[in-house]
Amino acid sequence: MIQPAIRVEGISKRYRIGARERSYQTFREALGETLFSPLRRMSQWMQPVPEAEMIWALQDVSFEVQPGEVVGIIGRNGAGKSTFLKVLSRITDPTHGFAEIRGRVGSLLEVGTGFHPELTGRENIFLNGAILGMRNKEIVRKFDGIVSFAEIEKFIDTPVKRYSSGMYMRLAFSVAAHLDPEILLVDEVLAVGDAGFQTKCLGKMGQVAKEGRTVLFVSHNMAAIQQLCSRAILLCGGKVFRMGGVESVISEYLAQSGNRERNSQGYLARNSSGTVELTSIEWIDHEGRRMSVGQCGRDLNIALSLKTTLPFERLSVSIGINNPYGIRLAVLHSKVAGYEFDLDSARHNVICRVPRLPLLPGRYLLDIKVIAGNEALLWEPQVVDLNVEGGDFHGTGRLAEPAWGGFFCMEQQWETRNGI
Amino acid sequence: MIEERLEPAVIRILPQKGWLAVNWGELWQYREMLYFLTWRDVKVRYKQTILGASWALIQPVMTMIVFWIFFGKLAGIKSDNLPYPISCYAALLPWTFFSGIVTSSAGSLIGNERLVTKIYFPRLLIPSASVGVGLVDLIIALTVLLGMMVYYQISLSVGMLAIPILLILIVAVALGVGLFLCALNVEYRDFKYMIPFVVQLWMFASPVVYPSSMVPVKYQFWFALNPMAGLIEGFRSAWLNKAMPWSMLEISAVMSIGIFLAGVAYFRRMECKFADLI
Repeated sequence: MIQPAIRVEGISKRYRIGARERSYQTFREALGETLFSPLRRMSQWMQPVPEAEMIWALQDVSFEVQPGEVVGIIGRNGAGKSTFLKVLSRITDPTHGFAEIRGRVGSLLEVGTGFHPELTGRENIFLNGAILGMRNKEIVRKFDGIVSFAEIEKFIDTPVKRYSSGMYMRLAFSVAAHLDPEILLVDEVLAVGDAGFQTKCLGKMGQVAKEGRTVLFVSHNMAAIQQLCSRAILLCGGKVFRMGGVESVISEYLAQSGNRERNSQGYLARNSSGTVELTSIEWIDHEGRRMSVGQCGRDLNIALSLKTTLPFERLSVSIGINNPYGIRLAVLHSKVAGYEFDLDSARHNVICRVPRLPLLPGRYLLDIKVIAGNEALLWEPQVVDLNVEGGDFHGTGRLAEPAWGGFFCMEQQWETRNGI
Repeated sequence: MIEERLEPAVIRILPQKGWLAVNWGELWQYREMLYFLTWRDVKVRYKQTILGASWALIQPVMTMIVFWIFFGKLAGIKSDNLPYPISCYAALLPWTFFSGIVTSSAGSLIGNERLVTKIYFPRLLIPSASVGVGLVDLIIALTVLLGMMVYYQISLSVGMLAIPILLILIVAVALGVGLFLCALNVEYRDFKYMIPFVVQLWMFASPVVYPSSMVPVKYQFWFALNPMAGLIEGFRSAWLNKAMPWSMLEISAVMSIGIFLAGVAYFRRMECKFADLI
C-alpha cells in the first residue's frame, strides 16, 4: 500500500495576540516581575492565558496528500496559509496535532533567503544552495544550469549588491528552482519579478509538477493554481473550509466576499509598529455621496481613511487592482501620478479620483500600500472588493458584451480613409 | 536521479515542549551548512576594507601597546619575569578569540532573522558559525606572537601540546555563554546593550593585563571559578614556557563544560519559540 506523502492530523497553532509587541518587553520588566512578585508570576504560569488574548491561526487542520499530487492551498489573507506552510516546514511547531512527511522536503517560503549582498553571484549560489539543503557536489553539478536559467552569466563574479533587483530575483529563484526534493512546499514565491520571468517560473513549476513530485502550493493567483494543481484546499479562519477538485474549490473561494471585517479595535489593517492604521475604504461619487458599487464610465473616488500616530512626510499610496483570480490588472500609485503628501498625527481621508472608471463589469480586489520614501509602511493585499456595474463608457448608449472578455474599456477613435 | 538524502525518510511534526536533547545526528547531516555559514562570515568579514585581514593584527597589537603604556609602564604591573608586552599579548589573543565569539554569537540569531523565519535547520548552527571567524583572526594574530617570541628569545616548550585542548575549552565557554545570550536576545533586546560592557568587565576579571600570580592566595579559588582565568593563564604559560597552572585549569575545565552544557540546554529549550518571537 502506498503511504501518503503528507499526512496532517488535527494541526492547530495558537499565537498570543500581540506576541510581537510583547517580544520586546524588556528584561527588566520580566526580571522585576519574577523577583518581586514570584507568587503572582507563578500563578500566571499556572493559569491558562485568557482566550481573548489568544488567536488560533490554525484549527484542527487534517488532510492527506498522495505522492505525486499537486495541491493548491488558497484562502484570504489571514486564513492561515502561511502559518500552515511554516508548520509543515518545521519552522514553527504546532500547538496540537501532528503531521508526517515521507520523503525529502524542500520548502520555499521565500527565494533568496541567506543571500549576502557582499558575496558574488557564484558564492551566493553555493551559500544559498547549502541553506536550502543541497549537497556541495549537487550544487557543483547544477551550477551551469542555475546560471543559465537566471541569465546572469556575465555577472556571475559580481557582488550581488550591484545587481538590479530583477537579476537578483532571477538568480534567487533559479537556485530554488534547481532544488530537487521529492516534496516541495511553496509559498507565494512566484509573485515576484516581471511578467516574463513569472511565466518562466510558472513553467518551471509546471515541469516540477509533471515530474511526479508532490507539491503543496500556496498562492493568491487562481490562474496559477488552476494551471498547476489537481486538488485544492480552501482555508478560512484557520480551518479547512473546503477541499476537493480545483475547479469547485476555486469557485467557492471566488464566491467568498473579499471585504475584510473591521476588527474589534476598529481598523482594517495596521502596520506592525501601530503608527499607521487603515480604518475604512469607501467609494464616493462626484457629489460626495457614498456608493456601494462603481460604474464603468463614471467617475470613481476611492476614499481611504488613514489614522496616524506620528507625523509622516512625503507619503504616497498605491492601490493595486486585481481580478478575482489574483492577476494584477493595474496599479493606482500616487507618487507616479505626481502626488506625495505629509500627514500630521490624526485622521485623514486620502482620496484617489479615477475619472470615467475604465473597468468592465465584475468584481475586483484591491491591495492597499502606504509608502514613505521607498519603504512600505503598510501593505495589505486584497483588503476590499470593488464591484463594478456596466455603464456607458463611450457615451454611445452601447455597452461591451460580457462574452467578449477583457477587463478594460479604452478610449478609441475610428475613421476610414480613402485607399491608396 | 535520486539525491543523497539530507532529511530522514519520515519527518514527524509534533508540538515541542520542555527540555530537549540535542539531535547530534541531524547536526552532522547539516555539517555542510555550518561550513558555508562559517565560510560566509569569514569571506564577508573584511570585504570593502583597505587593510583587509590585517585588521586582525592591528586590533590586538594596538591594544597591547595601550595596555603596555598604561598598565605596564604607568601602573608598573609586573609580569612574572617576562617582558610585559609579550605577556600581555599572549593573553590578549585568547581573550579576543573568546570575546569575539561571545559577541558575534550573541547577536547571530537576530542578525539572521530571515534564515530563522523562512528555513528549517538546527538553529544551533547559527551561533556556532561564529567560531570560524574568531579562529581565522586568531591564527593571523599568532604570527605576531611568534615574531615576538623570536625577538624576546623565548624557546618552545612541551606545554604547547596543551594549546588545542585550551582552545576547545575556550570555544566551549564562549559558545555556552553565546548560546544563552543569543536565545535571551531573541526575546529581550536588552542584552544587545548589556553584552559589550559585561565583556569588558569580564576582561578585567581575567588575567589579561596582569598575571594571575598577582591575585592574593586566599582569593585564588574564587578567581579560578572564572573559567577564562585558568584558560588564559594556561594559554600564556603554554606559549611562553611558564609552568602550567594545573590546579586552575582543572577548575576551568569543569566550569567550561558545565557552562557549555547549560548554554546548549537553554538554547534547545527556547529554540521552538525563536521563529514566533524574533
